[in-house]
Amino acid sequence: MSDFPHTPPKQSWTFSNDVNAEIRRAAATGIYDIRGGGSKRRLPHFDDLLFLGASISRYPLEGYREKCATDVWLGTRFAKKPIHLDIPITIAGMSFGALSGPAKEALGRGASAAGTSTTTGDGGMTEEERGHSKSLVYQYLPSRYGMNPDDLRRADAIEVVVGQGAKPGGGGMLLGQKISDRVAMMRNLPKGIDQRSACRHPDWTGPDDLEIKILEIREITDWEKPIYIKIGGARPYYDTALAVKAGADVVVLDGMQGGTAATQDVFIENVGMPILACIPQAVKALQDLGMHRKVQLIVSGGIRTGADVAKAMALGADAVAIGTAALVALGDNDPALESEYRKLGTTAGAYDDWHEGKDPAGITTQDPELYGRFDPILGGRRLKNYLKVMTLEAQTIARACGKNHLHNLEPEDLCSLTLEAAAMAGVPVAGTNWIPGRGGF
Amino acid sequence: MQTFDLEAQGLRALNSALHNVKGQSNETAWEVVNPKGSHAIAVGVDAPVDITVRGSTGYYCAGMNKQATIRVKGSAGPGVAENMMSGTVIIDGDASQYAGATGRGGLLVIKGNASSRCGISMKGINIVVHGNIGHMSAFMAQSGNLVVLGDAGEALGDSLYEAGLFVRGSVKSLGADCIEKEMRPEHIALLADLLKQGEADHLAKPSEFKRYGSARKLYTFNIDNASSY
Repeated sequence: MSDFPHTPPKQSWTFSNDVNAEIRRAAATGIYDIRGGGSKRRLPHFDDLLFLGASISRYPLEGYREKCATDVWLGTRFAKKPIHLDIPITIAGMSFGALSGPAKEALGRGASAAGTSTTTGDGGMTEEERGHSKSLVYQYLPSRYGMNPDDLRRADAIEVVVGQGAKPGGGGMLLGQKISDRVAMMRNLPKGIDQRSACRHPDWTGPDDLEIKILEIREITDWEKPIYIKIGGARPYYDTALAVKAGADVVVLDGMQGGTAATQDVFIENVGMPILACIPQAVKALQDLGMHRKVQLIVSGGIRTGADVAKAMALGADAVAIGTAALVALGDNDPALESEYRKLGTTAGAYDDWHEGKDPAGITTQDPELYGRFDPILGGRRLKNYLKVMTLEAQTIARACGKNHLHNLEPEDLCSLTLEAAAMAGVPVAGTNWIPGRGGF
Repeated sequence: MQTFDLEAQGLRALNSALHNVKGQSNETAWEVVNPKGSHAIAVGVDAPVDITVRGSTGYYCAGMNKQATIRVKGSAGPGVAENMMSGTVIIDGDASQYAGATGRGGLLVIKGNASSRCGISMKGINIVVHGNIGHMSAFMAQSGNLVVLGDAGEALGDSLYEAGLFVRGSVKSLGADCIEKEMRPEHIALLADLLKQGEADHLAKPSEFKRYGSARKLYTFNIDNASSY
């Protein structure tokens, strides 16, 4: 035995345990990994920004006395009946099919109690959600599952979905396990087969067609409903500009942290941009067109706290949307269910096989035994509480910055902890006036 | 007969008037003149009225129609009768792309030819085309029937679900998972009825058609079928 020290075993960064495990899984199954949720990478995010707060050069508002408003109007450009929400935190589109009926009901209950809207998804409008949502946004998707003029008119707004952050340029797949009789009926398809959701709309291509499509929807609904256009975080400057050109009342911009019910992991992790990089480009497009605040901007993808809400709004958003965070508030990935997650080969916090329909929390399933465990009244109350907390948090920060409305937050209130976040968000590195790419060094 | 001059009175006034028919008017026959290729003519109608458009239309004429019978005395632009729920739409001339897209019910008759993607993603509508149809027609078609008296272009019925396709002429190629199927007596009867409804029973006999449908091999993802995607 040599007296020389041994080189300790060294794992490869490139071929990490995770990477090797995926190679072995692929080799064993011959199929890519499909999962739910958004990107799990460490991405530049709102965590990399800080608020400066007030001192001598700026004065704050009194925390528990002076008003800091949170309401937002959506759809003021063309719609006869724009939506007025008490808080700027909306619930993102999640389908019945991907989610259980009771989960959709809970979203409606919680959102309505907190004074905000919910959004349908790629499965049509359910009575659970319409009945419990004071403001309901009806998604107009490529698949057109469940689409009909009566539901268009029952909606409070219509969201034309062009893309989503988890998979810009991708369609979807609802696997057969989740296609119950009711889901199949709503989608006009046989029970138990995989249901593909197309990535392109069947009857329009490009911004000129989209403008005419929006004209048609406005005519069908007598110009009453706000029309949103949802885009994934791909080329937000141009996509926002084209959405405005096509006649959107509201642009919904979803970064790559935004979730999906089921998509290839390789797609989720490698296509699209983080929301931090998307917002300033979209805001610039609106400003260049003279439409900032006239066409409202809703951003989503990794919004978790009131601080995230405040930061997104300081960068120029009018409102945010939450999806994954709302599911967590309802009880998704709760450590209380750890023993059941273990049986599924995962652990609380990491469970993302939503497409398999075995969710022990009863949220992402169509199994009556599983969704029967979920209490929509309790779920709604939890969501309301969470939305209220986020709102209070955002107000706390806004007052500290001297703002009497969340919309008055501005990029000047922010600094960045990292060069990447500074460059993406367009705010200076903390302690400097340097914005990489814009000078000031 | 109520005559509506689209050029003079405008699209909003037309659709608003048609929407107001529901339960509020005895007007059951409408004539639209000077359409001049305008988009979104007679969309979202929900009443058993007869509407005749004298001229050609732009995009999405008769979109989401319910109950109404809408006749276009000319040709129709893209997406005619898209997402139709019920009623009848008859085009005397040709139809552009996506005719009857995602339609959930009712009958669409095209007396000329239809362009590409006719019946794309159809969900219960019946479509009868007297002439030919273009490529990628009935893509991802879920239910309903597409009857073509002429020829079909490339990739007919690609990724088809449960819609029934009947073509009298040639088919340039079938799309993934679309196969020719046996024409049984119930299909002959169905076809005879559709030809009659589509004002085509004097033009063709059911026995002259071939039936196409889904092989159902792509219904559940299987890696061995990856080359089909």
